[in-house]
This record gives sequence, C-alpha cells and structure tokens, in this order.
Amino acid sequence: MSLNGQAYIAGAFEHPTRKAVDKSLAQLHAECAQGALADAGLTKDDVDGYFCAGDAPGLGPLSLADYMGLKLRHMDSTETGGSSYLIHVSHAAEAIALGKCKVALITLAGRPRAEGMATGTAPRNYGMSAPDVAFEFPFSPTISNMYGMCAKRHMHEFGTTSEQLAWIKVAASHHAQHNPNAMLQKVVTVEEVVNSPMISDPLHRLDCCVISDGGGALVVVAPEIAKSLNRPLVKLKGAGEAPKHQNGGRIDLTYSGAAWSGAAAFEEAGVTPADIKYASIYDSFTITVLMQLEDLGFCAKGEGGKFVADGNLISGVGKLPFNTDGGGLCNNHPANRGGMTKVVEAVRQLRGEAHPAVQVPNCDLAVAQGTGGSLGTRHGSATLILERE
Amino acid sequence: MVDQKRTIAAPHVDPETDAYWQAAREGVLLIRYCNGCQSAHHYPRTICPHCGSDDTEYRPSKGTGVIYSYSVMRRVPVPYAIAYVTLDEADISMMTNLVDCDLDGLEIGQPVKLVFSETEGDGPPVPTFTPL
Repeated sequence: MSLNGQAYIAGAFEHPTRKAVDKSLAQLHAECAQGALADAGLTKDDVDGYFCAGDAPGLGPLSLADYMGLKLRHMDSTETGGSSYLIHVSHAAEAIALGKCKVALITLAGRPRAEGMATGTAPRNYGMSAPDVAFEFPFSPTISNMYGMCAKRHMHEFGTTSEQLAWIKVAASHHAQHNPNAMLQKVVTVEEVVNSPMISDPLHRLDCCVISDGGGALVVVAPEIAKSLNRPLVKLKGAGEAPKHQNGGRIDLTYSGAAWSGAAAFEEAGVTPADIKYASIYDSFTITVLMQLEDLGFCAKGEGGKFVADGNLISGVGKLPFNTDGGGLCNNHPANRGGMTKVVEAVRQLRGEAHPAVQVPNCDLAVAQGTGGSLGTRHGSATLILERE
Repeated sequence: MVDQKRTIAAPHVDPETDAYWQAAREGVLLIRYCNGCQSAHHYPRTICPHCGSDDTEYRPSKGTGVIYSYSVMRRVPVPYAIAYVTLDEADISMMTNLVDCDLDGLEIGQPVKLVFSETEGDGPPVPTFTPL
C-alpha cells in the first residue's frame, strides 16, 4: 500500500503571534486549531483524529482533547522533536487510509520567548533517564555547539565556507522582507552574516534561527472530504521518516536522516528532486539547510556550499526557492520546532497563496523537510512530497 | 589560556553504568566491548547496539585519540570547547570537552590525551581531553 493520494491537506494555519506573554500554552494550541479548521471550512465537530507532540501540555492528546472539547476515534502523540508534525501528516494519512479517521487535526504551540528560555546557548536535557545524558550533559552540549560541530566537520571534509552558509540566511531574509509577521524583516548581506558575533564556532548569530512563540496547525482529510471543500487540493504524494543517531559511537556528522527519509518519500511519490518547484527545509541554523539539501539529493554530498551560493535559494532568482515565509532563520520558530511552519508554507505555495513577491509560478510540486532533535547527536528526519492537484 | 572556572555538572549514575563511573573515580576510562561482534561502542550499554549480543564487557582505554570535530561556545560567561574525540584503539568517538588548551588553536585531526575533569558536588570525574 502506498500513501500516494490517500490524504489531502485541507487546512493550514500559522499563528501570527511571536511573543505570547498573555496566552496559555493550551490556548495557543486551540487558537491554531481554530485557524486551520476555519481555513479548511470545517469545525471542531468534524475532527475525529488528533495529533500532537512533546510541546503539548499535560498528557498531550488527552489534555488537549479535553481543553478543546474534541470527540475522537484516533489519536497519536508521536514525538520526534520539531519533525513530529511532518510525521503526523503521514501517520494521519495512514490512519485515514485504514479508515481510522477522516478529519485529522495536528497542532503545535509554544512560548519559549515569553518564558525567557535560553534556547540555543544553555545545555538541554531530555530527562535523567535518557541513556545518553550522563555521557553528554556534563560537557554542556547546546543546540548551537552541536550544529557548530556539524558545520566544522562539513567545512573540514568538503571545504564549505562561512560565506556559502551565509547565502542561506541572505535568501531567507530576501523572503522575510515581504512577511509582515516575520521577526527579522531586514534584508541582510553575506558580509553582515559573517561579521555578526560568533555564537559557537563556526556559527555566527545570523547563522542561527530566531526564538519565537506561536504555533500552527494542519487539517489532513480523506480524499472525498477534500473534494467536498472549497479549497485548492493539496495531495500527500510521498512520505518518509527515519531516526539518525550516533550508531554506537561510529559518528558521522556530515549527513542527516534526510538521506533516508528523503529517498523513501521521493520513491513513494515517483518523482525526483529535479521535479520539485519549491522546498521548505528546516532551518534551525544555516548548516541544517545545507546538509538536508544534499541529503535530499538536490546536489551531491559536499556540493551544498556551491549549490546555495549566489542566491540560488531566492524565489524569482535561483533554481530552488526555499522557505519563502522567511523560515526559522527570519520568520518564526514556535516552540523551538520548525516542522509545522515548513508544511504550512509549502501548502501556501501549492495553493498559490504565498506572498505575491515570493510566490513560485505554477507551483505544483513541493517538498517539506524537517529534522527534530539535533543533527549533532540524534534526530528524527521526516520528508513530505506534496502536490497541487 | 582558558579560564578553567567553568563548572561541570555531575553525571547521573544509574545501575547500568555504575562501574564506568567507579573506574572514572580511579582515573580509568573504560570502553564497552562486545565479544559477539568484536567491536566497541560508546556510550556503554549492556546489550551491544551493533549486533544485539549481551556478551559485552569493559576494557580500559589508552586514553589517546584525535579530534573528530569541535566547537567553541563563545556566547557564555566562560567559553569552552565541546568535541567528539575518536579514540585510537577503537573506531568510536565520544562527546567530551577539550580542556587546558588555547581555544583558538584547536584543529580537527589534532592528537589529544585523556585528562579527567572534576564535576560538581561529589560526582565522579568525567573524561575530557587535552592536546598532546
């Protein structure tokens, strides 16, 4: 059985807030749900499947079904960090294909900014019972220095430069100037990126994504429901998911799990990277984008630096428009998780509803790529191929 | 030279890895080996992550290796270097800190040797490395 054509994304919503001091976490989830259901032309009473991840409060789907008053016959709390929501789309399609639900709601929300979280510079710990904690946490692994080690190794093996990485931020900033909700709307240059303060070698401040509150939601529905709604048809064409870890200490930081999830998604969809018109690529840091582009097959391993340089990711300029909302690098990074907004912007592009200045002409095939966790230790990668029908 | 006043959190010791930390208190870095597939792994597990055998045991490391990758965290009160070091006697790398070194003079491939660093409270020391 293939997931190709088994489900459609009928609703997509990105919360406009970037600092939510006046809202609770459950409230943000509910506001996102309301936004995505309104976008689809559905109500909460149509929802019979619900998906959420580690950002959800309390007992996840139980707490939020209670808060939102959902009556469900299917729920899933798969947690792979920021890629969870891409995996939720494909798991929703699986559930729909098996008749377990017809209208699946997926929500994400968080308020790290309101809570003053030192997202990138303080060591993170997923609980003392995590088997890796004793062997990593004492050394103060942070999000920034873990991705810094990936970038250092990539530079060492392939000659990738800080200037090449900077082009990824430059492209994101060209897109963000058209997004009134984006946290960073100013267009930046390669020089400004490489001259910004060093956070953790070789990543500068402008190589890092923003820290923001907010969230998003998606509504994944059965084909007959999608066709009954008055919305453009965005079909799930292929999906892949894979964890990548330290392989018992045989560490290779030069690639991500996108090498596996991407291959599976492209195979299921029956298309190749050359067919893709628009790419949403998770962008916690510039290096995150570069590695995933290589692993998805947009260029050979080690050629990512050359591929992203000279504006190749800028809509209307380069060959592969990416993250046309400004992405995590400029727009937002709700709950320190990027997967949801990657899918939301891909849906906008496929519907022709992106900002006119960044809308890709005749955008009928897009990829959304997420990783959650850390490329420097262990992460879950998820790839979706979406098609405008 | 580096300000060495950064404090290191004590590792959480659990029943599975208690022997590893006891050895650390005696200045010995242990590596977990699998007799089933004749290979090493890190962090240590009872069951080999490579082949699934439970015929695993600790062996002392020589404590030398090379830097696989590193990053110097600058945006903190006391900058520090985190690294993966590949051990000479086994095809495995471990997360660690590079200490007693010039933070601006580190390089991938640089040879390093083991030096244990104290942790907070009465926690066991953790294996860190310094350039040879």
